[in-house]
Amino acid sequence: MFDGLTSRFDDIFERLKRRGALNESDVDEAMREVRVALLEADVALPVVKEFIEKVTEAAVGAEVLRSVTPGQMVVKIVHDRLVDMLGPEEAGLDLAVQPPAALLMVGLQGSGKTTTCAKIASRLIDRERKKVLLAALDVARPAAAQQLATLGEQVGTRVVQPVLGEQPVGIAKRAMDVGRREGFDVVILDTAGRLAIDDELMAEAAAIRDQVMPVETLLVADALSGQDAVTTARTFNERVGLTGIVLTRVDGDSRGGAALSMRSVTGCPIKLMGVGEKLDELETFQADRIAGRILGMGDVVGLVEKAQETVDTEKAEKVAKRALKGQFTLEDLGDQLAQVRKMGDLQGIMGMLPGVGKMKKQMDAANVDDKTIAHQHAIIQSMTPKERSNPKLLNAKRRKRIAAGSGTSVQEVNRLLKQYQQMAGMMKKMGKMGKKGLAGGLPPGALPPGMMPPPGFK
Amino acid sequence: MTEEDTGQKPGWLNRLTSGLRRTSSALNQSLGELFSGARKLDRATLDELEELLIATDIGVSTAAQLTRTLAEGRFDQEITGDEVRAALAAQIAEILSPVAEPLAINPSHRPHTVLVCGVNGSGKTTTVGKLAQLYRDQGLSVMLAAADTFRAAAVEQLRIWGERTGAPVVARETGADAAGLVFDAIEEARRQNADLLLIDTAGRLQNKTELMDELKKVIRVAKKLDETAPQSTLLVLDATVGQNAHSQVETFRDMVDVTGLVVTKLDGSAKAGVVVALAERFGLPVHAIGVGEQADDLRPFDATSFARALVDLGPEEAG
Ligand SMILES: Nc1nc2c(ncn2[C@@H]2O[C@H](COP(=O)(O)OP(=O)(O)OP(=O)(O)O)[C@@H](O)[C@H]2O)c(=O)[nH]1
Ligand SMILES: Nc1nc2c(ncn2[C@@H]2O[C@H](COP(=O)(O)OP(=O)(O)OP(=O)(O)O)[C@@H](O)[C@H]2O)c(=O)[nH]1
Ligand SMILES: [Mg+2]
Ligand SMILES: [Mg+2]
Repeated sequence: MFDGLTSRFDDIFERLKRRGALNESDVDEAMREVRVALLEADVALPVVKEFIEKVTEAAVGAEVLRSVTPGQMVVKIVHDRLVDMLGPEEAGLDLAVQPPAALLMVGLQGSGKTTTCAKIASRLIDRERKKVLLAALDVARPAAAQQLATLGEQVGTRVVQPVLGEQPVGIAKRAMDVGRREGFDVVILDTAGRLAIDDELMAEAAAIRDQVMPVETLLVADALSGQDAVTTARTFNERVGLTGIVLTRVDGDSRGGAALSMRSVTGCPIKLMGVGEKLDELETFQADRIAGRILGMGDVVGLVEKAQETVDTEKAEKVAKRALKGQFTLEDLGDQLAQVRKMGDLQGIMGMLPGVGKMKKQMDAANVDDKTIAHQHAIIQSMTPKERSNPKLLNAKRRKRIAAGSGTSVQEVNRLLKQYQQMAGMMKKMGKMGKKGLAGGLPPGALPPGMMPPPGFK
Repeated sequence: MTEEDTGQKPGWLNRLTSGLRRTSSALNQSLGELFSGARKLDRATLDELEELLIATDIGVSTAAQLTRTLAEGRFDQEITGDEVRAALAAQIAEILSPVAEPLAINPSHRPHTVLVCGVNGSGKTTTVGKLAQLYRDQGLSVMLAAADTFRAAAVEQLRIWGERTGAPVVARETGADAAGLVFDAIEEARRQNADLLLIDTAGRLQNKTELMDELKKVIRVAKKLDETAPQSTLLVLDATVGQNAHSQVETFRDMVDVTGLVVTKLDGSAKAGVVVALAERFGLPVHAIGVGEQADDLRPFDATSFARALVDLGPEEAG
């Protein structure tokens, strides 16, 4: 089920089980897989090469611990190295200057600058009790200033707006003056999107920088970006000088290799990541989460965290065990549905695991949405405990009663029962391959019930 | 500078290729170095070529497949850099030409409804503005629907595009129901006898079920008024996108029946090589490309020019 590196490596290393250390040719072979995995994750080619060199160095001669397979060992070395390169230390915003501290936000068109300005403002206000001023320097995009003004209102902070014909450097100067005069701690400057190859606009960004002397110049960059992320990051760094990177749209299902590319060509820490459109959806960058995604092992940490937040782990484990033994009852299904409903956007969670793509698609195809799940839960709730443990009792009359009781139709009840049967059958099958399927993925017992296919999944 | 001197906008092809040339100097240089004079097309050379293609976001397997085909019949022969490039471009153009297909509007629907969707910030609203300009210029009456009722100032942004292009905008306040707005917009377009209705939707990542459901609902509601609506559903892709474009196209296609693609921001340094892989895998038409932020910065997608730009060759005439 997981198309992560571990299983691919395990094939390669199959024949060298029981050997003490990793030798060069084995590692080389494994590195070919790593190369493809990284490229498919959008890590830029030069960065991939550099990375492989370093990892090869670390891996050749490494002792394989007795408790793991050589494949898992290499994955661990690759993963650790990746975390290393992404920057294991959390890098906060540096605001230690004579206020007001200027934060300059730059980046390509549509990368998420304006939204991130508001998110950072909100964070600084809520967490650090700072007095924050926003400044709209984008006079190019239609309604850009209006967008920041609206967001500023939501955050509850003031926004310096351009006056007619005013140019970005002028607005920046005025904003800093206001900041100084009115005792703001921080001034966040939102700039227009610009292409790395646009000389004129890159010069303008440099002029803004010279005007405000920012303590932080942050490149706002999209986690969906491909190979060109290196050009972007390098050029912005050369022309404007960066102190950090904000990675946006980490809530998507991209593998996020651009993060590694940008970090490695600029040497700048990735400080924050955007995980949604809402103003509180900004998080401190976590290298291990991104490393897992890049390797195609899914955002395992994120998944487990999210699952733990909402799921009754004990119950889930019990159900999982029974399911794998083939003792999956309608009662269990009811519990599952309740959990799934609690977890909210089921497919969003599944999206964190690239390997689960296929399952997701089938769920989409089967039209499993939150409403369906709510209906199905209601159907099971309307059954008697006896019926739940023995679905054979459910004759036409009983089905009619259940449909009425749950506000659904007999067809829906029938569909649920059919799906339940299919699921129970599949669970049995999964039980048989269960041990192999999860290798290197989730720790045992951490399998959240959302991972089990809900009704409708064939 | 020369643009300003002559007061003229350079042709889009020049602009596209000059943009690409300036920045894809990596490919250019390497190809130059790779083939200063003739060089043997051996394994090492092919590996290098493959890597250069990978750097355009074309994807590992497509790059491998292209170089394999290139080698057929030429392996170990002497070949010059220009020959290699021309051969690669021809191969790529062959993949792309079946999908190079302009967006056909059928005004007899009155309105022909075009739903524009895609992930956040890809350029949907701007593309709606550009399409409005294009079809207004062709003499059609165009209306816009501001179905992004979520993002701050999205409505205001579209209103400005409406003003710029002379297209009336149907909008409600932020937070309103997008599907309801679309219902109103189609009715309004009918009342006004509009030929074309362009619907701007909110950005949504394809892995967000709730948002994808919202989009499905928009379509369901549109179909209540006109079973054939929306006549076109465009997915807007940002040229900087990497391999996630596969998942975007796949999911949007499965969930909302995308009928065609638009690739934006091709005036930047990203080459959108993934479009080649998408053409092979999905075969969806690529209707147009965005090459700037102004109303007239939309161009038809041309397979040959795109392919040549990808391997850093100028337009055919000039080459
Ligand atoms: N899903 C998601 N969407 C985001 C995130 N950050 C920003 N967005 C969305 O991305 C789109 C573009 O964001 P903006 O803040 O307008 O981007 P920008 O860089 O200011 O754009 P320009 O000013 O036009 O260059 C909007 O729809 C935002 O809501 C994020 O972390 N996740
Ligand atoms: N250089 C360049 N910029 C573009 C192009 N198309 C759009 N943009 C810019 O990209 C940014 C985002 O464009 P929008 O049209 O607002 O994108 P969107 O998809 O509507 O964004 P959301 O509604 O927030 O999801 C704006 O700054 C546009 O001016 C293009 O072809 N070239
Ligand atoms: Mg902006
Ligand atoms: Mg928009």
